[in-house]
Amino acid sequence: MSDQTNASAPFVRREMIAEQPAPASEAGVVKWLRENLFSGPVNTILTLIGLTVIYYMVSSAWPWFRHSVWNASSLHECKEIVTSNYGEGAVGACWAMLRERWHQFLFGFYPPEEYWRPTFAFGLLFVALAPVLYFGNRKTCSVVVGTVAVLLLVYFLPHEGHPVAKFVAAASLAALGALAWFAPKRLLWFTPLYPALTFWLLWGGSVWTPVFALAGVAVGVLAYRLAGSLGTVMATSIGFLATVLWWLFLSGSVAAQVNGLLPIGLEHVDSDRFGGFLLAVVIGVTAISGSLPLGILLALGRRSDMFLIKSLCVGFIEAIRGVPLITLLFTASLLLNYFLPPGTTFDIILRVIIMVTIFAAAYLAEVVRGGLAALPRGQYEAADALGLDYWKAQRLIVMPQALKISIPGIVSVFIGLFKDTTLVSLVGLMDPLRGVTQVVRSDIAWKGIYWEPYIFVGAIFFAFCFGMSRYSMYLEQKLKREHR
Amino acid sequence: MATASDAPKAGFRPSMLIYDTRYRSITIQVFVLILFVLGLVWLLDNTAKNLAAVDKDFNFGFLWTRAGYDINQRLVEYTNDSTHGRALLIGILNTLLVAVLGCILATVVGVLAGILRLSRNWLISRMMTVYVEIFRNIPVLLWILLIFVILTETTPSPRDFRVTDEMIAAGEAPKASPFFFDSIVITNRSAVIPEPLFTRSLGNIDIGIFLISIDLLAFLAAIAAGVFANRALVRHAQRVQEATGIRPVTWWKSILLILGPPILTLYALGFYLGYGELAGFNFVGGIQVLHSFTALWLALSLYTGAFIAENVRAGILSVSKGQTEAASALGLRPGRTMRLVILPQALRVIIPPLISQYLNLTKNTSLAAAVSYMDIKGTLGGITMNQTGRELECMLLMMLIYLVLSLMISTVINIYNHAIRLKER
Repeated sequence: MSDQTNASAPFVRREMIAEQPAPASEAGVVKWLRENLFSGPVNTILTLIGLTVIYYMVSSAWPWFRHSVWNASSLHECKEIVTSNYGEGAVGACWAMLRERWHQFLFGFYPPEEYWRPTFAFGLLFVALAPVLYFGNRKTCSVVVGTVAVLLLVYFLPHEGHPVAKFVAAASLAALGALAWFAPKRLLWFTPLYPALTFWLLWGGSVWTPVFALAGVAVGVLAYRLAGSLGTVMATSIGFLATVLWWLFLSGSVAAQVNGLLPIGLEHVDSDRFGGFLLAVVIGVTAISGSLPLGILLALGRRSDMFLIKSLCVGFIEAIRGVPLITLLFTASLLLNYFLPPGTTFDIILRVIIMVTIFAAAYLAEVVRGGLAALPRGQYEAADALGLDYWKAQRLIVMPQALKISIPGIVSVFIGLFKDTTLVSLVGLMDPLRGVTQVVRSDIAWKGIYWEPYIFVGAIFFAFCFGMSRYSMYLEQKLKREHR
Repeated sequence: MATASDAPKAGFRPSMLIYDTRYRSITIQVFVLILFVLGLVWLLDNTAKNLAAVDKDFNFGFLWTRAGYDINQRLVEYTNDSTHGRALLIGILNTLLVAVLGCILATVVGVLAGILRLSRNWLISRMMTVYVEIFRNIPVLLWILLIFVILTETTPSPRDFRVTDEMIAAGEAPKASPFFFDSIVITNRSAVIPEPLFTRSLGNIDIGIFLISIDLLAFLAAIAAGVFANRALVRHAQRVQEATGIRPVTWWKSILLILGPPILTLYALGFYLGYGELAGFNFVGGIQVLHSFTALWLALSLYTGAFIAENVRAGILSVSKGQTEAASALGLRPGRTMRLVILPQALRVIIPPLISQYLNLTKNTSLAAAVSYMDIKGTLGGITMNQTGRELECMLLMMLIYLVLSLMISTVINIYNHAIRLKER
C-alpha cells in the first residue's frame, strides 16, 4: 500500500531543508519598530505626533543648551558673548548666573565664612540616614559613610581653621567609618545624636545647650527605668514628664553654668539668614522625621476604642486635612502671637517646622490607618491570644505589617511634604524656589533671567523626590514576604 | 459549683482605676478631657489677654464696611465702594472658578495621559511616563511661577500691536499680531479672548446678591431641552428595536435634536463675538484673562493631571485580565468590552482617589498668593486683613471656608463609596 502511495505521489521530500533566517519584517529592529511603533494606523499617527513633539522640543532647546555661557557677570554680558560667538539672533543659556549665585541658592544669606557648617551637617545627614535606611547592611553603610568622610575631609582640610578642630573632625569621621565597618548596627546610635549635633552646627551658640538638651532624654529614660514597676503607661508618662521638666527648668541654667566654666561654642547664626536648599532640607528632614511618629499615634488614636480619644483625633485630622498648608503657615506667622502667653516669641523657622509637621502627620495618619485597616483581623486576635498588651501587640505584630503595607503612601506624603517646603516663601522665608530666585531676578545684573534658575531648582527637587520614590520601591521589594 | 471564671466578689478599689482594663480607659479619657479643657482655656485666655493688650475685640462687623480697593478679576459686580463681605464673595468665586476649570482640564489631561501610558506604542508610553514623573516630582509652585513669568515677560506689549498709517503706507507688519484669525490677543498684561454678545439681549435678573444673564439661562435651557428630547428619541428607538428587532436610524435626528435648539436660541438672540480692540495703551472689549489666572489654571491642571494619570492607570490595571477574556468569550467586541466590563470595574477604583485629587487641587488654589491672583487669600486674607488689621477673624474665616469646601467634597466621596460598594452578603 505505502509503496503504491509513494509511487503515485508526484513529489515527496526526502531530506530536510536547511534552516532559513526569519523574514526581514519579522526580525530585529524592523520587527520591534513594527510591533511597538507602527502596529496599526492609530499607533502610526500617535508615533508621528510624538516624534513631531519631540522634534520641536529638541530643536528649540538644543541650540539654547549648546550655546551655554558659564563665564559672565551679567545677563547682558551673556547675551553679548552668545551673539559674538554664534552670530546675531542666537540664543544661549546663561549658566553664569548659577556660577555667581550658587551659594545663595544653597545657603541663602548664611555667613560665607561659616559655609562649612551646613556642608558638614549635610554630609553627616547621610551618615545618620544610612543605618536607618539600610539597617545592618555593612557594605552599603560603609560605602556611604566612607564616601561622606572622604568628601568632607577633602573639602575641609584645605580650609583655614584651628588645627585642633580639624583633628577632632577628622578623628570623629574616621571613628564613624570604623563603626560602620566593624559594627554596622551600632551606627544607629549616631542617628539620635544627629539632631542635636546639627542644631549646634547650624545655629551655633554654646555646645552645652544641645548637650544638656540630650541629657534630658537620658533623664527621661532613667525615670522610665525607675518607674518601670508601675506599668508601661505610667512609666512612659513619668519619663516624659521628667524630660519636659528637665528641659523647662534645669537644662538652660545648667548649660549656662557649665558654659561659664568651659566655654566651647560656635558663632551664633540667626534664623533669618537661613535660606535656599539649606532651609528646604532643614524643614523637610525635621518635619519628615517628626511627622511619622506623630502620624502613627494619630492613626492609633483614630482607631481607639475610647470615644473621647477617637473623636479628638478625628477632629484634629479632618480639620488639618481640610485646610491648605498656606493657611497653617500664615497662622504660624500671624496668629501664634495671639495664642501664646503675652510676650512670648519664638523662632519663625521652628514655628513653620511645627506647622509642616502636624500638617504631614494628619495625612500620614490617614495612610497608616489604611494600612491598619488592611491587616486581617486574625493578626489582632493572634496578638490577643498570645497575651500581649496593647503597646506590645502594636509594636511587635500590628505596626510592622501595617507600615509595610503603607510604605508607598507614606513615601508619597514625604515627597509632598518636601515639595511643600517651597511654600514657606509665602510667609517671608528664603526658600530656593521663590525667595532666592526673586532675589536673583531683582538684581539688575540678572533681571529677565527665568529658565535657568527654575531649571536648576526644579532639577534638584526632582533628584530628591525621585530618589525618595525609588527608595520606596527598593524597600517594598526588600520587605516583600509573599510570592518569593 | 464554683468555676474559675467566677469574678471575684471584692468591691471596687481605687487602684482598679489604673490596673483594671475595664476602668483604665475611663481614667485615661477623664485625664485627657481635663488636659484638653485646660489647654483650650489656656489658649482662649491668652487670646483674650493678647487682644485686650492691643485694644482689639473679636467681631466680624468689618465685613459690612466699605472695602475701598479694586479687584482686577470679578465674576459679579464689584466696585471699591462695595463691602469687605462682597470682596470676600468675589474671592470665593475666583477660587471656585480656578478650582472648577482646573478640575475639568486636569481630568482631561490625566485620563488621556493615563490611558496613553498603557498604550502599546513604546514612544508614547515613554513620553507619558516622563510627563508624569517630571510633574509629580517638582513643586507645583515652580510651574505656577514659570508659566506666569513666561506669560508676562516674553509676550509683546499692547503697543506692539499698533498699526499706524505710516506702517500701512510702507507695507510693514506690526511687531506682533493676534492668533487664531485675529481673535486671541496675548499681551504682557493679559490675554484677550472674544466675548459672547447679543444684539437682542433679554437683560439680567437680579437675585439679590448678583445678576444672572437671562441669555445664559435661555442657552442652558435650550441645551437641556435638546438633551432631554434626544433621550426620549433613544428610548423610543430602544422600544422599536425590542418590538421589531430592527433599530431605526437615529444618528442624524440626534445631531439635529442636540445642536438645533441651542443654535436656534443663539440666532434668535442675535449672537455675535465681541473682539478686543486696541484703544490708547491697552485693549478694551472682549474678555480679559489675567495671566495670574492662566498660570494658576494651567499649572494646577498639569500638576494634578499627572497624579490623575497614575490613578487612571492603576484603576485600569486593577481589572484582572480574566474579565477581558471572559468578555471576549461571551462574544463582546473590544469597544463594548471596555464600556460594559472594564470601565464599570475600573471606575470603582478610579473615582475615590480622583475626587481626592480634586480636593487637593482646590486646596492648592491657595497658591494664588504667589502670583497675586485675587482668590480668598488675596481678598479676605490679603488686602482686607491688612486694611482692617483683623488677622484673627480673617484667618479663622478663611480656614472655615476651606474646611467647608473640603468637607463638601469628602461628603461626595463618601456618598459615592457607599453607592458603589460591593454588595456582599
